[in-house]
Amino acid sequence: MLIWIIFAALTGAAVFALLWPLGRDRATAFADGADATSLYRSQLGEIERDMARRLIGPVEAESARAEAARRLLRSSSDEVGPSGETEASLRRRRASSALALSCVPLLALLVYGAYGSPGNPDQPLSARLQADPARQDFALALARIETHLAANPSDGKGWSVIAPVYLRQARYDEAANAFAAAIRHGEASSEAHAGLGEARSLAAGGVVTAAARDSMVEALRLDPKNPRARFFLAIGKEQDGDAPGAILALRALLEDAGPDMPWTQAVRQRLARLEAEAAGGGVAALPPAEQQAAIRAMVDGLAERLKAGGGTLPEWTRLIRSQVVLGDRAAARAALVTARDRLSQEAAARAALDALAVELALKETAP
Amino acid sequence: MIVEIGHFALALALGVAVVQSLVPLWGVARHDRALASVGSAAAITCFLLVSVSFTALVISYVRSDFSVENVVANSHSAQPLIYKLTSVWGNHEGSMLLWVLILTLFGALVALSRRSLPLRLRAGTLAVQGMVTVAFLAFTLLTSNPFRRMIPAPAEGQDLNPILQDLGLAIHPPLLYVGYVGFSITYAFAVAALIDGRIDAVWARAVRPWTLLAWVFLTLGIAMGSYWAYYELGWGGWWFWDPVENASLMPWLAGTALIHSTVVMEKRDALKVWTILLAILTFSLSLLGTFIVRSGVLTSVHSFATDPARGLFILMILVFFVGGSLALFAWRAPLLRQGGLFAPVSREGALVVNNVFIATACATVFIGTLYPLVLEMVTGDKISVGPPFFNATFIPVLVPLLLVLPLGQSLAWKRGDLLGAAQRNFAAFGLGILVALATIAMTWGGPVLAPLGIGLGVFLVAGAFFDLGERIVTRASGWSAVLSRAKGLPRSAWGTALAHAGVGLSVIGIAAVAWSTEGIGVLKPGERLTSGRYTVVLESILPRKGPNFTAEVARFQVFSGNRELAPMEAAKRIYTARAMPTTEAGIRTDGLSQAYVALGEPQGDGAIAVRLYDKPLILLIWIGAIVMSLGGALSLTDRRFRLGAPRRSAPAQSAAVQPAE
Repeated sequence: MLIWIIFAALTGAAVFALLWPLGRDRATAFADGADATSLYRSQLGEIERDMARRLIGPVEAESARAEAARRLLRSSSDEVGPSGETEASLRRRRASSALALSCVPLLALLVYGAYGSPGNPDQPLSARLQADPARQDFALALARIETHLAANPSDGKGWSVIAPVYLRQARYDEAANAFAAAIRHGEASSEAHAGLGEARSLAAGGVVTAAARDSMVEALRLDPKNPRARFFLAIGKEQDGDAPGAILALRALLEDAGPDMPWTQAVRQRLARLEAEAAGGGVAALPPAEQQAAIRAMVDGLAERLKAGGGTLPEWTRLIRSQVVLGDRAAARAALVTARDRLSQEAAARAALDALAVELALKETAP
Repeated sequence: MIVEIGHFALALALGVAVVQSLVPLWGVARHDRALASVGSAAAITCFLLVSVSFTALVISYVRSDFSVENVVANSHSAQPLIYKLTSVWGNHEGSMLLWVLILTLFGALVALSRRSLPLRLRAGTLAVQGMVTVAFLAFTLLTSNPFRRMIPAPAEGQDLNPILQDLGLAIHPPLLYVGYVGFSITYAFAVAALIDGRIDAVWARAVRPWTLLAWVFLTLGIAMGSYWAYYELGWGGWWFWDPVENASLMPWLAGTALIHSTVVMEKRDALKVWTILLAILTFSLSLLGTFIVRSGVLTSVHSFATDPARGLFILMILVFFVGGSLALFAWRAPLLRQGGLFAPVSREGALVVNNVFIATACATVFIGTLYPLVLEMVTGDKISVGPPFFNATFIPVLVPLLLVLPLGQSLAWKRGDLLGAAQRNFAAFGLGILVALATIAMTWGGPVLAPLGIGLGVFLVAGAFFDLGERIVTRASGWSAVLSRAKGLPRSAWGTALAHAGVGLSVIGIAAVAWSTEGIGVLKPGERLTSGRYTVVLESILPRKGPNFTAEVARFQVFSGNRELAPMEAAKRIYTARAMPTTEAGIRTDGLSQAYVALGEPQGDGAIAVRLYDKPLILLIWIGAIVMSLGGALSLTDRRFRLGAPRRSAPAQSAAVQPAE
């Protein structure tokens, strides 16, 4: 609101400045003659000076003086006497005032209306940086850490913070580099090794490569219970054709895990598929194409339901994540837009969605 | 909110400029003083609004407000404050805003110069100036809006083009724009006179200070741009006959002709039509330069992002203002009251000679610049018109002009005495010949023409001051008489002499380029390289970190013969945000000469390629330009330009101070 008051004040001041001379100046004709006269008078003075300095002779001075005088006469004969206020001059004034009163605000509103964005506040960088970290722009925080690491590349702590972020954003090569840097600079935890292994494996399209396996083994050496390392090693077994070994490993992993661990879901799914494959039935036993179709049907069902109305933040999050996993980024973006729209009343939910968009690298299309 | 206020103020300025371009003109047509005075109010309001807008953009840059697209594209939070400021105009959109700011500043100055300008002329001029403002404001708002927002704001900007991250950006564009835009005022004066149908010595006297002002700044701007290119581009050239440079040289040549022809018009009421045409052409050439540089017709560091819509818009502006004013000229010029005739051998005759030569020189540059562009458009062939063309056409036109320059300066108005003038300049000419002969003797076997160039330069400098001397020192007068005579000379006479001497200095500097030498070598620390008079020893190569770049800095000891000069550093920088390398030349000034070192590629084994130039007297090129501008500025302070201001000194007092008068 304040901004519109300022706009109105600016417009008012500008229009007033234009109307001011129209209301004030009563003498309506020009007095050009006076200007010209003073010029030629000073020219006459110059001739005198030139003659005194002997730059021109008396004869030249005489003729120059005559010429200047002739011009002076000519210019004063052009002079028009001042005339008073007339009907016509009043009409001209009113027309000019009308032009100023209409043209200035109209043009300004038209042009600013087409290109301006009055609703957007300034966002100076210092203010953004001082904002409450919880509400701070995720991309900004990330950029800050990146700048910091560019200047202090031996900050292992920083690398260990940023590496999982890269991993979630599917920037696997950068994640692998960051984990490796963290390990190199004194953050050689079991988690870091497992993360490096995961990044390497995902960078290779999900194949647990020899390098990834080395990292996992190192992670287990530091922490024999590291679930991530155990999970990927199990998958490695499966990829090597050792399905029974993989099933055993995953079962052991589930037994050790508390029931409320967030990752148990993924492990159970994987296990179920492996067991179904071993038994020869179920969704997971289907050939990959049909299996994909079945999963897609489930996700589409969720999408339909949410589109129809309602939907909580966790539901939307699940849908968007699933769509990204299925590789349907366009649908994920559409879902993100709808979710932002539906949950626009809840600041926390909106922030969570923004963070999700950044995390899944959907940000560039967010409005 | 500040961003949006700036944006709105700019839009508001457009409306005010529309009023400014219509109402005063109506007032002039109807002899209505009230309507005419709206022009001044509108011009000042417009300037204030654009200032608000410009300030808003500056604040956005300083605060790194990355919700503004323009700031994101051209700034970085790690930049030093000075480059955050200069980034404002280091890009297309921001530089257009600066352009409009200066345009409206000039409008406001005209509006405020109540004393020296008749109201009629002022109103007409402000109206035409208003039209130019409307065109450029619309261009800025519609095609190059610096206030476009980017939501959500990115975390970091993309940094300014590293070549532009230099103090030169703080100086060169503002100077140049004041020059370009200043000529829009003379254009406005000319068109106003054509519309009004009145043109006389009052007009000439009113226009002259503005022309001088614009010319002074354009001279400085071009010289600064040339020096910047010299030290930043890293190969020691100072003028490349590049279309972008020619785009600024053409208005400068036309403007130079204009400041000379307005003198004739003011003093003798002659050359009116030609002066009007020159005033129109000068600004038209400025516009043409803008079009060439900004439309994407060619690529250079000046073209920034190119966009066909912008090119088309500028072309429309160009057609309207150039075509419109020339059509008006064709229609109204025959109606102007012609001034008197004059003798060919006289000061005014000499000034006509000056105009003919300069106009011809300007035409050669025009052809050399536009012919390749037109040819490429028509046939698709790419040809390059380079220095050989300009050396073969521009210089032969300019040299005779410079040769007769001191003669013209010492001719009297109305009826001059050619023989007398030649005699007066005989001493200066002899001095020039002597210096040329001495130079030939000293550099036997060297370049042939360069000593003649040096002689010409000396002739110009000497001629400029011998002429002044003639006027001050007469027979049978003591020192006090000389002093009072010197005081009595109008400042414009001193200005003329100074400006012409500046031309001479530049000529000497340019001629001395013939003796510059280049040496190339691959150096390891401790090794030396010699070129011309200078020897450098590579001391060390060190890495260094700047705020937004990393650099490899090479330190050199510099020797001239056996004399050791202060050490210097040359560097190669990598700007991290754009991952773009730049070369920072190392320059050691030695009197008027410079030793210039540019780094090449590192060779792997700790060695680095180094180029060393010996640039004798190179500083004279730019010192000459600065002296020229000083001459112009001195002329500008001449009392007669403060016409109409009441004379404060009492007659008796002035008689006491100036007994010679």
